[in-house]
Order: sequence, then C-alpha cells, then structure tokens
Amino acid sequence: MPSFHPEEELLLSYATGSLREPMALLIATHLALCPSCRTEVERLEAVGGTLIDDLEPQAIDDRSLNDLLNRLQDPVTENHVAPRAPTETFERRLPQPLRDYLAHGLDGLPWKSLGAVKQAELLKDFPGYKTRLLRIKASTAMPWHTHEGQELTLVLAGGFTDGEMHFVAGDVATASPAVNHRPVADPGEDCLCLAVTDAPLRLTGPLGRMVNRFIRI
Amino acid sequence: MGSSKIAPEINNAAALAALLADVAERRDRHAFARLYRHFAPRVKGYVMRLGTDPAAAEDLAQDVMMTVWRRAEQFDGKKASLSTWIFTIARNRRIDVLRRERRPEIDPNDPMLVREPNAPADQEIDTAKRHRTLREAVTTLPAEQAELLRVAYFEDQSHSKIAERFGLPLGTVKSRLRLALAKLRPALEESE
Repeated sequence: MPSFHPEEELLLSYATGSLREPMALLIATHLALCPSCRTEVERLEAVGGTLIDDLEPQAIDDRSLNDLLNRLQDPVTENHVAPRAPTETFERRLPQPLRDYLAHGLDGLPWKSLGAVKQAELLKDFPGYKTRLLRIKASTAMPWHTHEGQELTLVLAGGFTDGEMHFVAGDVATASPAVNHRPVADPGEDCLCLAVTDAPLRLTGPLGRMVNRFIRI
Repeated sequence: MGSSKIAPEINNAAALAALLADVAERRDRHAFARLYRHFAPRVKGYVMRLGTDPAAAEDLAQDVMMTVWRRAEQFDGKKASLSTWIFTIARNRRIDVLRRERRPEIDPNDPMLVREPNAPADQEIDTAKRHRTLREAVTTLPAEQAELLRVAYFEDQSHSKIAERFGLPLGTVKSRLRLALAKLRPALEESE
C-alpha cells in the first residue's frame, strides 16, 4: 500500500472533473495502486451525486424525450479498442489509465537520455503542463532540477530516496518550487516514474506571488 | 419556465435504482422515461452551470441519458447511488465534449489494480442510505461553505481561479472546502 498520497485537494479536483488531463492521468494511475484514495474519490463522487440531485432542474421538452426514445435502438457507434497485450516486463506492471497513453508500449516512446536518466514526454501538446515518464538507472541520482509550479511524481516501479523520504511503487512525491530536491534511485532495479509539472503562467506580480505562497503550503 | 415539464421528484434513491434495474433487466422504456424525467433536467442544469447554452446543454443531457440506457447493466448499486453514477457519466461526458480532453479513469477489472489486503473484494455500501444522510448533511453546511462546494463541483475551475473570482485568498478557499468535506465525512463513512 502506498504511504505517500496526493493532497486531498487534488482528489477533490479529480472527482469534480476540474483537474486537467495530465494531472488527472497521474491521479487516476495512483488510484489504481491505492485502495484508500480510491475509496476517498468514491466518497467525493457521492457528494457530487447529492449536489446534482439538489441542483435546480432545467425544463426539457417532452419532444426531446420522444426523440431519444426513438433513438434507443440505434446501433452503438462507440469504437471499442481491444486492449493491447503488454509486451515487456515493465509494462506489465503499469495500470490501465497509463497503458491507454502508451499506444506503442514503453519501447515505442521517444526516449531521450540525460545521463543516467531516460525520459519520454507524454501529452506533448498539452499547454501549461509537462508530463514525462522517467527511467532512472538503479543507484543513481537524478540531475538537480528546479521547476515552476507544482511537480508530482508517481513511482511505478522500483523506488527512490529523496532526503529523508523513501518512495516506492504507488507513492506520490509532491514537490513545490521551493523544494530543492535530488532523488536517488534504489539499488537493484531501475526506477520508473510518471512526473507531471504544472507551470502556471501567472506566477509573477502580486497575485502570482500570493498563489505561489499558498502552493507552498 | 415550463416547470410543468419537470416531473415531481422521485425522492427516493432506492426507487430510482429500481427503475434502472428494470431498464437493465427488461429494457423497460417506460422505466427509462421516468428516469429521464428525473435526471435529464438535472444533467441539463449541471451542464448549464458550466456556461453552456441551453440547446447544447440539452444535447449533452441526451447523450448522458443514452449512455445510461446502454450501460444500465454496468451500474452497481452497492458501490454508488444512481445519482452518483449519473454524475460521473455527466462529468466525463462534459470533459470529453466541452473540453475535448480524455478522462483518465481506472479500469475496475484491471489485473494491475491494487486491492486492500484485508478488505472483502467487494465492499458493500448502503448507497441509498448514504445518499439520504449526505443530502441532509449538505443542508446543515454554512452558506459560504455550501456555495464554494457547489462552485467546486459545478464550475470546472481550479481552486486558485475560484479564489480569484471570490476575492478570497487561496488558503481560505481550500480551508472552507476542507471544512465542508469534514462536516460531510460522518455521513459518508456511516454507511460503509
């Protein structure tokens, strides 16, 4: 069971649907690995169910109902893609929401080497976010890095130590811009992580500084 | 407002779930029509709160109800109330249609899904009861907490955007939401 979880606020934003796709991908992948956060999201969704029940209904013409009743037997056009069999050991351990983003498997990703770290970008064209899979060679340190915004790192295989903390599969490490960190991969096996950084553009000026200040909490 | 078109509320989660069971088991169009009259106006209201015009909101509500018809047998009343299930369908559909984004979700049948070691595989929740107590609990929230909760659920805005709009520090928005959820927690946990 994971010991490090995303903050409640992120689970709430995932449940309400306001979380953007890159962060939602990280949260959903964590949920596959974390039964307690899964239960929490189910609870938060139950709140949504209650609120929608009390929402002021907007009248709908009975004609719309009749239209729909006439269409009920229409053939289903949803294209269902058959799940692809995992091809390599690493991949076998990846839970579903992430597998959906790896159409050609882990090997089909455009990996780039940065010393002992290989990285591949997902959701490349998504504005305002950086979504990467990182593969860190066992026992090696990641290069120093800084980033704007908040960075969440979900361990998928192996583990790493950052300062006093040790992260293993399913754990989410949350780093704010204030944190200078230098994770070191565990010995024995390479560490595979999904890292998502949101770098909001409004981080300058008085309001931006205020936002920054709260993000650091 | 043609409020006469809104059917009297079926104020009973169990009754709604029974209608869905009729749809799932017998493809009962009459039961479906009753579900439609209850949920479609609410889904339309939900989508309109996201800033969508009435016609587009109605199209999306139709879409959601079509999904309810097609996936009726996938509904598991021991995990979620019907309102909750429909909320999640509407949420995912509006992310898809209005934001043109994919919605990453777990697959409950994924062999990679990590399960609680000591819990029964399928924990049963009295979802109808939970729905009832939760609904009551929501009415006891202080107005400013209830309002923020609705905005958080219905307006597709990040918490920092909400803070900006209300002229509140982000920390205040976060703590009000946390307080609201803390007050609802007993109702959420009671029936588990």
